[in-house]
Formats: sequence, structure tokens, C-alpha cells
Amino acid sequence: MALSETRPDSDVAGGPSAATTTTEGAPPPPAHWRTGLKEGSTAWTIVLVVLFVAAIGGAATFLLNVFGVLNIELDRDFWPNWMVGTTTWSSKLLLMVIAILMFVAVMTIVLLSADRARRIPNWAVAAAFLGPAALMLGLGLLYPAIRTIRESFFDRQSANFIGWDNYVDIFTQSGFQLVLRNTLVWVIIVPIVSTFIGLVYAVLVDRTRFEAVAKGLIFLPMAISLVGASIIWKFVYAFRPDQEGVEQIGLANQLLVWLGFSPQQFLITSPWNTLFLIVVMIWIQTGFAMTLLSAAIKNIPDDIIEAARLDGLSGARMFRYITVPAIRPALVVVLVAITMTTLKAFDIIYTMTGGQFETSVVANEFYFQSFRQGNFGVGAALAVFLFVAVIPVVIYQIRQLRLAEEIR
Amino acid sequence: MTTTGGPPIPPPPAEGLTTTRTAPRKLTKAELRAAEAKTRLTSPWASGIAIVIAILWTVPTFGVLLSSIRPQASIQSSGWWSWFTNPEFTLDNYDQVLYGTGTAFSTFFINSVTIALPAALIPVTLALLAAYAFAWIEFRGRDLLFVAVFSLQIVPLQIALIPLLREYVNWGLAGSFWTVWISHSIFALPLAIFLLHNFMKDIPPSLIEAARVDGAGHVKIFFRVLLPLLVPAIAAFSIYQFLWVWNDLLVALTMAGGTPNVAPLTVRLAELSGSRGADWHLLTAGALVAIVVPLIVFLSLQRFFVRGMLSGSVKG
Repeated sequence: MALSETRPDSDVAGGPSAATTTTEGAPPPPAHWRTGLKEGSTAWTIVLVVLFVAAIGGAATFLLNVFGVLNIELDRDFWPNWMVGTTTWSSKLLLMVIAILMFVAVMTIVLLSADRARRIPNWAVAAAFLGPAALMLGLGLLYPAIRTIRESFFDRQSANFIGWDNYVDIFTQSGFQLVLRNTLVWVIIVPIVSTFIGLVYAVLVDRTRFEAVAKGLIFLPMAISLVGASIIWKFVYAFRPDQEGVEQIGLANQLLVWLGFSPQQFLITSPWNTLFLIVVMIWIQTGFAMTLLSAAIKNIPDDIIEAARLDGLSGARMFRYITVPAIRPALVVVLVAITMTTLKAFDIIYTMTGGQFETSVVANEFYFQSFRQGNFGVGAALAVFLFVAVIPVVIYQIRQLRLAEEIR
Repeated sequence: MTTTGGPPIPPPPAEGLTTTRTAPRKLTKAELRAAEAKTRLTSPWASGIAIVIAILWTVPTFGVLLSSIRPQASIQSSGWWSWFTNPEFTLDNYDQVLYGTGTAFSTFFINSVTIALPAALIPVTLALLAAYAFAWIEFRGRDLLFVAVFSLQIVPLQIALIPLLREYVNWGLAGSFWTVWISHSIFALPLAIFLLHNFMKDIPPSLIEAARVDGAGHVKIFFRVLLPLLVPAIAAFSIYQFLWVWNDLLVALTMAGGTPNVAPLTVRLAELSGSRGADWHLLTAGALVAIVVPLIVFLSLQRFFVRGMLSGSVKG
């Protein structure tokens, strides 16, 4: 750590030919790039050091407690009531404002100390910028994930090690096999159908007079919560008994009646109910596919289209032989993104059937096993399954995109 | 989301800073496509399909909207389409769902607001700082750390929920807003850092170089040079994150449970769907109360909104 070269080096590195003209990739800033050229104050250095010590101490306490070295167990009463016991509107909103102000205050002190401290090394500045996020990710995502993986090898109370038994259960018990089958059906149908409809729609409305409005209508469901969408579709599927004088109030059943069929219990009759739940997800995801693909279609170079037109291509053949191959990378991204969303879909099933009538999928079963059955071992195994299932999809995407870049 | 043929979010500072290569060709392209579109739409099949899709995508929501203003007795006895022959209008359903003792959606609405604002602001701020460090501060192990954060994106949040909840219980925070805020902030960070880092990298190094020569430190460069250039990206991602939190069910259900002190609208609505699944006057009005904020955001900030949705759609 050479602390005394701040000023002169900045001048040397400032030579425009060295750094500023390169466009691909940022030029590495000089390693001894300091926080500023003016002298900092020792007081702020102390503040920064105190902050570091506090952060490291906090994280250490947390981890020591987790691993049972310390035995801190706080009661709810430990915290003042205005922090954890808000019941009225005003107290909640006030707490929200206080929380935001506290956050802003802490971040201000961190940044001020990083800015004003006297001659601190680069890594200290980086730590001030990165520290809060790194702490949260490490203690709030990485550690819990590892812990869950560990618990997936333990029994329902996380007390005894039972090896792969939870995983064996998932793959062999008929109830879980049904869950896996449903998940597979979701993951296959939703991406393909929503991408297909989205693509067709994007091509159909491309450059028409109503394009903006037409796209807005399809995209709207993306804004709505999955719970809201579930209610909307539950109403479509609403069923009244098929009796004299009883009118259907759900659109789907009324359509059946108008066509001369008898009304159906769409959400109860297995295995078709899974398909009717899938419709909701397609309804939501199509807007996403449509918007991304529409942007890709507009990016197809003119000369390709022109050449194809000169060769006499138009309409469906143009779509098949020119449009689809040209937007292949975007198609991969859309398919992968929807697959990953679908794999984790939980809200629709929770809201519409609660996982009953043989409709459960892995994400829903995770919740059910963990919180309703109190079977933490199987719940953890299901969560790990979700994680592992995502990996091949991601690898596929990376491969495809790399391939596309090579061709280009 | 990684970059592809049709990047969903154009780099914000592109206007005026980089060369606009496509500018002179724009006219011909537009003309070409317009001509193509014309030939296409003369086909009645094509427009027919487009119209059918558009109708399928709007009618369900419209039915709920219409039902929510019909009297309870009418909703239970006839379909919403009979409104056109027998128009009725009432706000009783909304009154009951917002202030009724069993439903009290107004309380849950406040909870949703209280949850969503900090849960959008905190992760975006932290991610901005972290993204800056990854993009513009040189330190040892930077690339390795960035790859680690990058790969955390694919971790489904289910895998972290239960140990996290245990910790909250252990620290006496369970069932308070803090758990929901902290959880949402954590889960948002990997994607937020990755996306904002991409934007930061798009800013020409010469700008930062110039600021540095003028004697600005990292904190000054961050606030004076980068933040102003990143406003569109920040807006898009904040809106995305706000709506993600507003629409979230899983985290809220786990961390807040069903308590009217903390639980947001989505939790209450899902609960209502289970416990009073046939009370369509409450469910339709309740659904609209729950989706009205996203709808307003969508209609008023559509540009940012679409951008944010597209960039964030792979979040777990």
C-alpha cells in the first residue's frame, strides 16, 4: 500500500490516449486511484473504521449465533413497540418513513466517511460501496441456501440425518410423482404456447395503426399480480349446478351452455384442471414474449427482408423462413425466461385450488410441505430440486447465446 | 437477462453519446415495413386472429370489472354479460370489501404501501452502490465476486425462505415489517446489481476519467456523473421492483403470515379466495383493489414499466 502517490499518478494516468479512446471494455483505472485529491480528515477515517468494525462484528455475531457458539435469542419485547408492533395506519406509515430515513442516514454516513477519510486504500472504498449488499447476500441468501441444502438431508424436524431419503421420497411416492408430472406439464406447455401466441401476435400487429394499443392490451396482465389474475380466471371458470333456473355466472361455462354442452367443474376435474390453470400463466406470460419478440422483429436488418421479398417470399413463408430464424436468440431468451418463471409458479395454484384436486406443482408443494405439514426435510429437498432444475435451463441459454454470437 | 438480438433496455446514455448508425436508413425501413404490414393486414385471417387474441386477453378482466359494480344479488344469479341488457350500478361491493370487518382491504392496502416503498428503495440504492464498485473501482477479487453475485441470480428464493424465517424468529423480528423489507431487499439484489452494472459499464470511460482528472473521488463521481445518466434505468428498475413487491405472494405469506398488522393485499385476496370462494361480489371488488395500483403505474408509466418488466422477468 503506497499511500503517498495520490496526486502525481492521477495526472499520469489521465493521458487521453491511454484510457479514453478504447471503446470495448472499460480501461482499468490505475490501481492507486484514490478517493479524491484533497486531503481527508482523520475524524472520518475513524468513523469508517468504526463502521467496518461494526459490520464485521455484526456479521460475526450472526454467524457465531447460527453455529451455536453464542446463544442469543431475542424476544419480541426486546424491540420497542413502534418498531415491531404497529397496528394503526399512521403508525405503519410513520414506521415506513422512519425506516427509509434510517437507511438514508446510514448510507450517508458510510459514503461520507468513504469520501472524506484520509488516504484510505482502494479496497476500503470498494468495501464501503459493496459492503451492505455483500453482507445481505452472504447472510441472507448464501447462508440460508447452504442451510436448506443441508436440511434436505435431514428428517422432518431437521433433527436426524437421513441421507437421500427425502429425495427418494420425492421421486418414488405417487403423490410427489404427480407433483413432478404436473410441474413438467407446466414447464413444457407454458413457454411454448405463450411464446408462440406472443410471436404470432407480434408479427400480426407489427407496424399497424393500432400497434401501441394492441400491444398494451396483451401486456396488461403482466402488470397484475398472479393472485389478481387467478381471481379473474377463477371467475371465468365459476361453476353453478346444472339445474333448471340456475344461470351460469362464469363465462367459460356459459359458453359451453350456449353451445349446447353441460357446464363443467373446470378446476376440480383432474387431469384437465391443470391445463385450465396453465391457461392463466399463458395469459400472463404472452405479453412478455410478445414485447420482447416484437423488439427483435423490428431489429431484423432490411436487406434480409428485401432479399427474401425479391425471391418471392411473403406471408407465412416469410414468417417461417426469415422472421423466425432471424430472431432465434430472442426466442431462446424468451423461452428460457418463461420456463424459469413457470418452474417457480406458486401463486396461481395456491389461489385457485390450493394444490387440491391433483394440481400441485413443486413450488406449491414446497410451501405446503414446509408450512402446512411441517415437513421441513421434504420442503428443503423440493427447494433444492427447484434450484437444480434451473441450472440446465441456464446452461442451455448461455450455450445458445454463445452460439448465436459466434455465427454473428 | 443477458443481451440478445433485441435488447429490452437500450443503454440509457446512448442518445447523443455514441454514434447513431441506423439513422439514415430509418425511412426506408419504415416504408418497407409499412408496405409489408399493409399486404399482411389485407388478409382477413390475419386481422381476425389478432382480434380474437386481443379479445381473449381483455374479456376476463373486463368481466371482473363489470361484476364489481353490480349488486351482490345480481352477481350471484346471472352472468356479468347480462349487465348490457340490465345495467345496474353500485359501489356497495367496494365499500364492503374495503371497510367490512371480515375483509378490511383498506388496512391491507396500507400494509402493501408500507411494504412496497422501502422494499423498492433499499435494494435499488444498495445495488447501485455495489454496481458502481464492480464497474469502476479496481480491487482484488472483483471479477470473482461479480461472478458470484451474477450466479446468485438463478437461486430460487424458496431455497432461502425457511432458514431466513428462523433467523427472524430468533432475533424477535418475526411478523413485523422489517422481515418483509429485509427479505425483499435481499432477494432483489443479485438481479439489480447485475442489471445496473451493465448500465454503468455502458457509460463512456472518458466521462469518468475526466471527472477524476478534475479531482472528483468515487463518491462524487457516483453522484455527479453516473446517477444523472442512469435516471431512466433506475426508474425502470425501481418501478419493476415496486410492482414485484406489490404483487408478491410467497415472501409476504412466509414472512408476514396472515396478520392484518403486516400482510399485504395479495395475501388477503388469496385467503379470501380460499375461505369465501363463492362471494364473487367481494372477490371481484377485492381483486380490483389489489390491481388498481399496478394498473395506474402501467397506464401512466408504460414506457418505463415495459422496460423494467422485460429486464427483470427472470427474477426468482
